[in-house]
Amino acid sequence: MSFVAHLINGISLGSVYALIALGYTMVYGIAKMLNFAHGDVIMIGGYVVFVTASGLGINPLAAIIVSMAACTVLGVTIERVAYRPLRGASPLAVLITAIGVSYLLQNVALLVFGSDTKAFSNVVTLPNLELFGGQLIIKSVTIVTVIVSIIIMVGLTFFVRKTKIGRAMTAVSEDQGAAQLMGINVNGTIAVTFAIGSSLAAVAGVLLCSAYPSLTPYTGSMPGIKAFVAAVFGGIGSIPGAFIGGILLGVIENLSKAYISSQLADAIVFSILIIVLLVKPTGLLGRKVLEKV
Amino acid sequence: MDMEIKGNKAKLSKTTMNDLVTYEMVILTYIVVQILVSTGHVSSLIQGLLVPFCTYVIVAVALNLTVGILGELSLGHAGFMCVGAFASAVFSLAFKDALPGGLRFFLALLIGAAAAALVGFLVGIPVLRLRGDYLAIVTLAFGEIIKNIINVLYLGVDSKGVHFSMKDALSLHLEEDGVMLIKGAQGVTGTPNDSNFTVGVILILVTLFIVLNFIHSRTGRAVMSIRDNRIAAESVGINVTKYKLIAFTVSASLAGVAGVLYAHNLSTLNALPKNFGYNMSIMILVFVVLGGIGNIRGSIIAAVLLTLLPEVLRGLSDYRMLIYSIVLIVMMIFNWSPNAIFFRKRLKQKFLPGRKAAKEEA
Amino acid sequence: MKKRMLSLVLAGVMTAALLTGCGGSAGTDAGSADGAAQESAETEETTDAAEETEAADEAAGDEAAAEDGAAQADGDSAGGTFKIGGIGPLTGSNAVYGIAAMNGSQIAVDEINAAGGINGMTVELNFQDDETDSEKSVNAYNALKDWGVQVIDGCVTSACSIAVSAKTAEDQIFQLTPSGSAVDCVATPNAFRVCFSDPNQGAASAQYIGDHSLATKVAVIYDSSDVYSSGIYEKFAAEAESQPFEVVTAGAFTADNKTDFSVQLQQAKDAGADLVFLPIYYNEAALILKQASDMGFSVKFFGCDGLDGILGVKNFDASLTEGVMLLTPFAADATDDLTVKFVTTYKEKFNETPNQFAADGYDAIYTIKAAAEKAGITADMSNEEICAAMQTAMTEITVDGLTGEGITWDASGEPTKEPKAVVIKDGVYTAM
Repeated sequence: MSFVAHLINGISLGSVYALIALGYTMVYGIAKMLNFAHGDVIMIGGYVVFVTASGLGINPLAAIIVSMAACTVLGVTIERVAYRPLRGASPLAVLITAIGVSYLLQNVALLVFGSDTKAFSNVVTLPNLELFGGQLIIKSVTIVTVIVSIIIMVGLTFFVRKTKIGRAMTAVSEDQGAAQLMGINVNGTIAVTFAIGSSLAAVAGVLLCSAYPSLTPYTGSMPGIKAFVAAVFGGIGSIPGAFIGGILLGVIENLSKAYISSQLADAIVFSILIIVLLVKPTGLLGRKVLEKV
Repeated sequence: MDMEIKGNKAKLSKTTMNDLVTYEMVILTYIVVQILVSTGHVSSLIQGLLVPFCTYVIVAVALNLTVGILGELSLGHAGFMCVGAFASAVFSLAFKDALPGGLRFFLALLIGAAAAALVGFLVGIPVLRLRGDYLAIVTLAFGEIIKNIINVLYLGVDSKGVHFSMKDALSLHLEEDGVMLIKGAQGVTGTPNDSNFTVGVILILVTLFIVLNFIHSRTGRAVMSIRDNRIAAESVGINVTKYKLIAFTVSASLAGVAGVLYAHNLSTLNALPKNFGYNMSIMILVFVVLGGIGNIRGSIIAAVLLTLLPEVLRGLSDYRMLIYSIVLIVMMIFNWSPNAIFFRKRLKQKFLPGRKAAKEEA
Repeated sequence: MKKRMLSLVLAGVMTAALLTGCGGSAGTDAGSADGAAQESAETEETTDAAEETEAADEAAGDEAAAEDGAAQADGDSAGGTFKIGGIGPLTGSNAVYGIAAMNGSQIAVDEINAAGGINGMTVELNFQDDETDSEKSVNAYNALKDWGVQVIDGCVTSACSIAVSAKTAEDQIFQLTPSGSAVDCVATPNAFRVCFSDPNQGAASAQYIGDHSLATKVAVIYDSSDVYSSGIYEKFAAEAESQPFEVVTAGAFTADNKTDFSVQLQQAKDAGADLVFLPIYYNEAALILKQASDMGFSVKFFGCDGLDGILGVKNFDASLTEGVMLLTPFAADATDDLTVKFVTTYKEKFNETPNQFAADGYDAIYTIKAAAEKAGITADMSNEEICAAMQTAMTEITVDGLTGEGITWDASGEPTKEPKAVVIKDGVYTAM
């Protein structure tokens, strides 16, 4: 019974990672850059909901929409100001700039919202699911997170494969130069990618803070890194891979905490990541890229 | 300035010249700083920063070997630094009274470098089979694993020998006379302060000597050929794995040297996310990228400037880290943006028409 | 070329730093301005050394140095000034503790200055950020030395405090850490502390639980990557062997893994624990209480001083804390005059409920005042003289502070005070 409980808790944690990883993988897949600031956009999304819902007393659902809008604007602005000037430069230069943006967002939040922990009110007010006479409890926020992740996963896959903008994104991710020659607006397409990625970050922020209700300027950074690991685990760039990677990471983390060592949980998770990558060098669902001379 | 020296010693090749400029820069800086210190012109803050400057310069040069010369992205160099730091700190603490300072530090240095090299070698075997971002994430993972393990490591010595545990201090079962060397998260306390600026500068020069000679050696050229085109290199019979591993191990062991310097500068050593976590690995990468990938001199300057920057900004109190992050973004865009590079070239052509030919490298 | 561009950018930044610094940084004291100027001046020199001197930089340096001299001359007014330097994390994930200690110290300084200062000297407090990094902490200390610090109020965290105490011992500068609780923080003769030591808390908690028969099976959840938490846990586990209860599980977590505690709680539940001991800070404890309630695990919780502040978490459902017991020297809800006055001032000024770190910071300043008055410190004494006199005076004073009444110190640097056990009832602390 306790194994099942650990498993469910693992899925609960993993669903949050999955949700964040979807945004990561989306941006990586199209723009080919590791957006290290993604975790901090999540944190900003959380604060926006906190201020509007708990502070101004707006309906939580409306607050989420406000937060999505705010994060979309933020994401597009970051892309325009910090990343676009570096288009065509070394990918490492963009990576470092993303880290700079990450520090910037953290410090802005520290100045604006203060360093003290804010307790986030759970926006998922449905009752928890109790099984076996209360022996097993599945939190409603877990169920919602899993469902939202699946909806987003399916929606994104559909969007990328079927819509015109989505196909433009695929083209840009394959070859920016060729896409431009075909008349695709590369800058516009990447801006749309950031807009979508950032609005997903807002949703992830709300659900992350609902599941783990403490909000500080540094809330986003560690889940951000873990979600990045999850995205790599599943094959970075692959939308279903991000979901599976996230869930697996959460489950492995919780089971190794429970049955091996709670102190070494991180080391175990990372070891498994390394083993997976050695066996399958592009992650679980990653595409193998052929090299030409 | 570069030009004049170039004119005087035109016989030497361009690369040798460039290397000499780098050595000269370090030595000159050392002399000037020593003069300023002895005449009392250097504040305590800067005096305290001299050893950290050396530490970060060494580790930045070491990482540049991996990123710039080998062409692979490592996000785990703080982990190698951590191994070097802990291995040497434990040694120094254990032989604190048994050995004289100079000899002890020299041995600690060798131990730190060797330990980091060993770990680098072991990590390198599996890691270097991967490419690109996957390699980066695996090095990050190794760095975190190293930090995590050191945080639960308990090590003590008593009359019965060395005890170690991965659980807690109680399970060491030390005798009365036992001494704790590593106390888990509490780390190593009481390491002798053997680092100083002179030692640091000597180590920088040694590092430069190793790295620059490596780059110009047969091995170095083989490594760079792998970086530029792996398949072509393989097809002319270069053993890719071997050369990659050599470069990576050298890089790790130099990071270990930086760790030794770090450990012997402070009386307490903990493996925190701040100093040996991925944040630090990224910080080292920032030095390398800002200074110019593959540009050793650039790494040195960037490491010093970026270590100095947050300290200089102390007067801004609350806004310190905010300004720091903005400066970082602006510097990256200024240095790397294609438009900014174009703009700078045009400015140069306009104002310094005669100098543009010699200016490519600096 | 690249480096020249870099140096240009940096020169710009430093000039900006200078200007902002001199423009008077609101909130902190005037002292930090000339500190910044001096730093910049020195910095220019070394940067120049790296890339050949430029006339413009030279000029800026001279100007700054001149200003610095002027500012210092101005400072020596009637009774002189007494410069206290604080060090703690003001940014980074531990910023909440450093900022609280800084704010608490600032209130004490303002009160003391309003009442005529220490021995007629005006007190200046300059609080520097260390980002919870030992190396940055030493940098902060060196920056304070350039400012002309006479006494160190820091560091807020243990590892930093140990690193800095090695330097203060060398320089003979008196150091009082408000909240550095690891044993080694006061290993040097010039270092003292306000808070309890970790082993002291671990042992006291075990004895309290044992003496009051609060439980038979105890689970512990602690942060194995944190000096404070693992320090308490170790002593607790050692002491528990001689107590009438058993430690059934010890679930550790790390700084990188501190959002999900379901495993540790599940293990405690499965082991049939009737009390969970939490030697951790309130940020994580708040999550643990929430997750325990979510999984339907109702159990007694017992914590140390780090747990204080849990009621101050904005928007936190206080009903979850019902029945939580803690050994703490400070309670923001206490009704004695001193606490009420402090809490009111703090809320007015910073719009937050003070936590234990703020109280430690406040007490640290008053302890420095008491020792300085006992030792008869005057503005013209050198740091070595101040240090020697304060070291002796510390063992002779008795301080009634927020974190205890009649606190005394011995030469080892440890305070003697009684921890108060409180239980949270209806959202307020109640004595047990």
